[in-house]
Amino acid sequence: MNILEILFFALSAFAIISAIMVLISKNPIHSVLWLILVFFSISGHYILLNAQFLAIVNIIVYAGAIMVLFLFVIMLMNVKKDKEPQKQLWVKLIGVIAGGSFLTLLIALVKQNTSFQGRDVLLKEGNIGLIHPLGVALFTDYVVPFEISSVLFLSAMVGAVIIGKK
Amino acid sequence: MPIEYYIFLCLMLFSIGVIGVLTRRNAIIVFMCIELMLNAVNLLLVAFSKMNYGAAKLISATTTAGIDAQIFVFFIMVVAAAEVSIGLAIIVMMYRNTHSIDINFLNRLKN
Repeated sequence: MNILEILFFALSAFAIISAIMVLISKNPIHSVLWLILVFFSISGHYILLNAQFLAIVNIIVYAGAIMVLFLFVIMLMNVKKDKEPQKQLWVKLIGVIAGGSFLTLLIALVKQNTSFQGRDVLLKEGNIGLIHPLGVALFTDYVVPFEISSVLFLSAMVGAVIIGKK
Repeated sequence: MPIEYYIFLCLMLFSIGVIGVLTRRNAIIVFMCIELMLNAVNLLLVAFSKMNYGAAKLISATTTAGIDAQIFVFFIMVVAAAEVSIGLAIIVMMYRNTHSIDINFLNRLKN
């Protein structure tokens, strides 16, 4: 077992445990903090795959901006912990069973599929995840979607202001 | 690293997100679980891009196969950021009207 496999399994276990803690935390603020840990471990996976640009963007945009927005909204609302509505126990149980069977079905499908067998992911090599090749592709082949996304941001900003003003 | 390990990891993260959407009633937690599902899909896209790149690199050393997937992940992050801002604005508006963030209040959209 080399160092890359140890890192992979450690990051995976960390991500899954943190994701489960997001669900079972009673306090929403704790959920947000656990979700930030999930995003950090996913960024670690990106670094392991040598997708350095996406790792940095993931930390800045998700762990930095979006999660701070969530924290800000939760603290603004000041929701009481004991007032939080809970679903009935059997509804929760049915939800867990449904999600578990979804997972089992997909894992069975992937295990059956022969086109994934023997395919390897290239770890820590390859330069397609660096900033230079991504920037060249983004500003030559994908320049129109890039500009459209700026229009999307503008409309999202106007929409958020209008919704929040009422 | 076999691609199946990455697929299993992402499936587990995605299913945890699905379970969260099904079992919680706090609208903010439900929204966070949707973000978790988006991130699982992003990780799977990057893993597949590196798989394709590894296969194409054996044929030509200067290939750029797989770069489209990483651009796609970038655009998914862009759209997710816009979606979060609108969604949180809607949740704040809902809280202001009902003084609760229970998603069962959204039942009234039905009739």
